[in-house]
Amino acid sequence: MSVPIKLKALTKSIWVFHAACSPCNNCDIEILDALTPRYDLERFGIQLVGSVRHADALLVTGAVSKKVAERVKRIYEQAPKPCVVIAIGSCACSEIMFRDSYNTCGPVDKIIPVNAYIPGCPPKPEALIMGVVKLIKALRGV
Amino acid sequence: MKILFEFIIFPGFLFTAIAGMIFSWIDRKVTARVQWRQGPPFFQPLYDFVKLLGKETIVPSSANVTIFLLSPLFAIASTTLASVILWKAIINPQSLFVGDLIVIVYLLAITPIAVILGAGASGNPIASLGASREMKLFLSYELPFIFSILVSVIKLHTIKLGEIISYQQSSGIVFNSFSGAIAFIIFLLTIQAKLGLVPFDMVEAETEIASGVFIEYSGVPLTVHKLNRIMLLFVIPVFAAVVFFGGNFLSIVAVLVLIILIRNTNPRVRIDHAVKFFWRTCLIGSVLAVLLALIGY
Repeated sequence: MSVPIKLKALTKSIWVFHAACSPCNNCDIEILDALTPRYDLERFGIQLVGSVRHADALLVTGAVSKKVAERVKRIYEQAPKPCVVIAIGSCACSEIMFRDSYNTCGPVDKIIPVNAYIPGCPPKPEALIMGVVKLIKALRGV
Repeated sequence: MKILFEFIIFPGFLFTAIAGMIFSWIDRKVTARVQWRQGPPFFQPLYDFVKLLGKETIVPSSANVTIFLLSPLFAIASTTLASVILWKAIINPQSLFVGDLIVIVYLLAITPIAVILGAGASGNPIASLGASREMKLFLSYELPFIFSILVSVIKLHTIKLGEIISYQQSSGIVFNSFSGAIAFIIFLLTIQAKLGLVPFDMVEAETEIASGVFIEYSGVPLTVHKLNRIMLLFVIPVFAAVVFFGGNFLSIVAVLVLIILIRNTNPRVRIDHAVKFFWRTCLIGSVLAVLLALIGY
């Protein structure tokens, strides 16, 4: 019963942590772009934090490779709950052309539970913002 | 009973926390406007505070649990006490004791020590890196800080905080003299380091060492640390206004705006540059200000 209230309080001030799991870095550039003053995510309370123990939302990018799979699990366990996971980019949602590769371990939701998917290669900052807004509305129960 | 009311409600914990949140919002809004963007809504520090209270507290297995969880409490208790003494001096200048200025300097020095202890007790090598930076910075800025306060003490011939306020109201503020102006400029630079703001925020550098000293904190201890930083953003400009301007309300806002503008227009410096800066330029400048005050300028 207390978890939905905590999730509602979390929607007003989301601190994001960027966990890049062997991406090609285009999605990371778009995430960085969305956090610049032009799109001004701080007016929604969104801040970038340096330590995973301060994080409310994990932004996971990239097709998860074998080396990084256990580390993503450990990072998810290190984030204090309640924590949401957002898979950004088509490689994180479902590995588009890397699905039969020798090195990849499946999309992100095979390893950690994901709350929101934002497809695109790479998704524009507007798409990122729309995904975050949809997640906030879903958490608030609207 | 009256002491408990003064410590917890006014001018203690509740008053300082709310005023600190308002000052923190002013800081973030002015920063946003300088960067040509909108900035957070008015209750944003309150939302951050409530959200952090709801997160779970994780204590790493290699940490010393007692010191890890107690050090934020030491920091916030000493900041609250410093705020109580300061506001009692402003409201009722006759009600305090000789040497309350020295007590405030000691209390404001407990926060860096508590941060170092907590970071050392967390068992993370990155946190110990941040703690070593905080130690070096603290040893560097504390001496110019004390010398700048000494200028005001020498010019007004008193060490009671209440008398510093009332003498400045009758005989002109300390800032109106050469030594007072130099001392105020150096004081402004040392409190940038004391507040952990750019250009001296290498202690909890966000992108460089993954939040340095606060890396292992989460949940309620992190809330206490962040609230302590916010309360210091309120207490230290009020202290600067009392020592150099006689407690004028407009001067509190002016000191805050100066701190914010310095924060927005400078990059972060390296720790050895900061140590050299404080031990060379700031120390020589503040000793010069003390000598000028002794001569009579």
